Amino acid sequence: MNTTIVLFLLQDGITNGAIYALLGLALVLVFAVTRVILIPQGEFVTYGALTYATLASGQVPGTARLAVAMGALAFGLDLFMHRRRLRPAWVGRSLALNVLLPVAILALTLALADRQTPIAVDIALSLSIVGSIGLYLYRIAFAPIAHTSVLVLLIAAVGCHLALQGIGLVFFGAEGQRGPPLSTAAFTIDPLRFTGQSIAVYAVTLALIAGLWLLFSFTLYGKALRATAVNRLGARLVGIRTALSGQIAFLLAAVIGAISGILIVPITTLYYDTGFLIGLKGFVAAIIGGLVSYPLTAIAALLVGIVEAFSSFYASNFKEVIVFALIIPVLLLRSLATPAADEEKD
Amino acid sequence: MMGQRWPVMLFALVMTAIPFVPHMPPFWIVLSDNIGLSALVAMGLVLLTGVGGLTSFGQAAFCGFGAYTTAVLTTTYGLSPWLTLPLSLLVSGLFAVALGLITVRLSGHYLPLGTIAWGLGLFYLFSKLEFLGRNDGISRIPPLMIGSLKMISPDTIYFAIWTAVILCAWLTMNLLDSRTGRAIRALRRGHIAAEAFGINPPQAKLLVFIYAAVLAGLSGWLYAHFQRAVNPTPFGIQTGIEYLFVAVIGGAGYVWGGVLGAAIVVILKEFLQGYLPLLFHGEGQLETIVFGMMLVLLLQLAPGGVWPWLTARFPRGPGRKPARSSSVLPVRKKFAPIDDVVLQVDHASKRFGGLIAVNDVSFDVGTREIVALIGPNGAGKSTTFNLITGILPVSSGTISALGKVLHRTTPQEVTKLGVARTFQHVKLVADMTVLENVAIGAHLRGKAGALASLFRLDRGDEARLLAEAARQIERVGLAAQAHMLAGSLSLGQQRIVEIARALCADPVLLLLDEPAAGLRHLEKQRLAALLRELRDSGMSVLLVEHDMGFVMNLADRVIVLDFGTKIAEGTPEVIKTNPDVIRAYLGAVA
Repeated sequence: MNTTIVLFLLQDGITNGAIYALLGLALVLVFAVTRVILIPQGEFVTYGALTYATLASGQVPGTARLAVAMGALAFGLDLFMHRRRLRPAWVGRSLALNVLLPVAILALTLALADRQTPIAVDIALSLSIVGSIGLYLYRIAFAPIAHTSVLVLLIAAVGCHLALQGIGLVFFGAEGQRGPPLSTAAFTIDPLRFTGQSIAVYAVTLALIAGLWLLFSFTLYGKALRATAVNRLGARLVGIRTALSGQIAFLLAAVIGAISGILIVPITTLYYDTGFLIGLKGFVAAIIGGLVSYPLTAIAALLVGIVEAFSSFYASNFKEVIVFALIIPVLLLRSLATPAADEEKD
Repeated sequence: MMGQRWPVMLFALVMTAIPFVPHMPPFWIVLSDNIGLSALVAMGLVLLTGVGGLTSFGQAAFCGFGAYTTAVLTTTYGLSPWLTLPLSLLVSGLFAVALGLITVRLSGHYLPLGTIAWGLGLFYLFSKLEFLGRNDGISRIPPLMIGSLKMISPDTIYFAIWTAVILCAWLTMNLLDSRTGRAIRALRRGHIAAEAFGINPPQAKLLVFIYAAVLAGLSGWLYAHFQRAVNPTPFGIQTGIEYLFVAVIGGAGYVWGGVLGAAIVVILKEFLQGYLPLLFHGEGQLETIVFGMMLVLLLQLAPGGVWPWLTARFPRGPGRKPARSSSVLPVRKKFAPIDDVVLQVDHASKRFGGLIAVNDVSFDVGTREIVALIGPNGAGKSTTFNLITGILPVSSGTISALGKVLHRTTPQEVTKLGVARTFQHVKLVADMTVLENVAIGAHLRGKAGALASLFRLDRGDEARLLAEAARQIERVGLAAQAHMLAGSLSLGQQRIVEIARALCADPVLLLLDEPAAGLRHLEKQRLAALLRELRDSGMSVLLVEHDMGFVMNLADRVIVLDFGTKIAEGTPEVIKTNPDVIRAYLGAVA
């Protein structure tokens, strides 16, 4: 085995692993707050990446319209649920969040699409489009069943994944796309070559992990999210709006997913269904982290990335088999240490 | 739901008649074939997910095992399809054992996630292995043949498929309506109650896991000979999700829900694939969009599925016939108590980290004695119960029941010794009848296994179990409610049902955790009379209770715990005036 190859594979693995870490963190975040196992996380990646690529090529992505449609639906649901006690201020707020916001984003997208806008504008637009989709997704699909079992939520998540993936195909077509890199800079530390893009991947991952940590440790919103995670009813009793917590979690997850997508779309070609597989690898990491631990998830994600890089070099045919088999020893360990006291929850 | 044979016969008759309907379009026959194939897998999922509470997204992989086994053996080795049938089922079953051993012990959401992981892994394995033809798969699989009749056309293999469906539906209903079936149905209520009556949850889970996998393997085998070619696509995670969708939409708890769900989904998919592109003249997977949305919508509107919604519209016939009371279970061989001591707790302690929940507690329960364990909240009463019943191991000290030291004894073994219990938080299966719930108590006294119940060879055993359950229900005075669903009873009555269930285990020592909570005054009096009668017939009772009036009038001896330590023991009269007890309860300075 050649040191250069090993270093090269490690570098590749760490870059991918950083992306998986981001997705794994988002999955843990959403699960902790809402108990939803976010299978559609991969769609956020695809939507983010392809929205960004479409914007960069000067076209209007269909996702901007999707956000408007989902927002309208969310507004309709809001009105319907509160039909007996409609207060003007409340209706106004719901209207602003669910209708005016996505319409404004769409208008902005339409206005800016065919101009030569800087990359930063495309990124900001992509993030706000996908972020709002995440927000409305929770309101439409999960808020009405927030009290049900993890299982029902999981099946609903699968339903969302199917629908969003199908919609992705309609919007972006079956062909893959690539987006412009964030930076074209590159430097070499013999024998490895670092591109600005890969540095961006590391930097953004670290920044987001630090940001999440700060959010959960030091802000009232973060603490409210954690409280919701520990005990929904208790959180409601002390005045935390759990539905809001859920929406915030989904918003964060969607934005993180979109960021990951934007980070990788200049490196690899993304198809409408690539996100699912990428999301699932973040998932493997999240499961290894027990769906609760952020640092463990991040480490596991790096491990997944490295294992993937090495197996794609030595046994490329069985790359996916090996990555998904990684989960088996973890599951085995967990099954040997079966917790006896998870009883009273049912 | 069960014991009604004629609807099944009628259904079989209708299904037999369908291909003979004049001018039946072949398209509908193909659809029926697909419905049957899907229904087989869904039926397994009904048992696994709806009844057993184990969600699997990976069932399609088991279809793959069945299909690839027969594909390889019939093409490469030229075996007859009929010979590969048992082999296909065996291969699916063996892989289910391997995957099940690592999967079924997972709790909660880890289980479905685990199935997604190996479901994906196996799909990639199918598509990469050389001898399975990689992505191209295997073609030129021979058709099924009976004599010289080749089942090539959809309307001949139709009979093979639907014979399998109806046969499997019959077997599945038999399995559910049996001792093993009750054990499986009890799984969803958590493992503690199941274990307390001698059910081995991992074993029962593995059983349903294998059963579901074998049904999926059968579907795969039929599929291979129906399509006469296999490739990895239909065995991926997407199809696995679809099977789960089928089971959920039909009604995950009902065997016929699986069949109905398959019909709905297959027909809907065909319709969507045919018409959606016309409506929206778009490209690609429009049907998956609608599918996904419908799944979410369905969960919000009718999480129970279509079948229960449908059956609620028809009048229900009378429930099953009452069990024959002439069949009698043999009395269990009991361990004789030594020196009239049934239970001996000797310097038992339990520590959870730094917290000492039970601290050096010693007491006995003698034969024909009612002992009450009282104390303020957090005194360690329930922990003591958990130590005695083997749910928790003692940190130090010993506990022995009927002369046997309980060291690392499982709850099942404690029950076998003759110690049966009820729970502070009632643990009944809400959608089973009172009779069925109580029969779980007699689980260890039955013998019939899963195979016997599949083929209805368990009827003698079953009649004895149900007769015993009926007798105990009558004993506690709930005969009128025997055929009602346990969930429809009041909380007080549910506690009494738990006592009947414990009695079904034919115990020497009965442990009751707050039996009088939620009972009305008259019910309490009746319960006290029942407990006295049990004592007089030779049973010992240890109960935890907060109702002082109830305890003081009933117990022969009272033991008081406070902060994990025994502070007093004696007859009710002595306890009532004990200053320590008064201080513990009232906090007063004596």
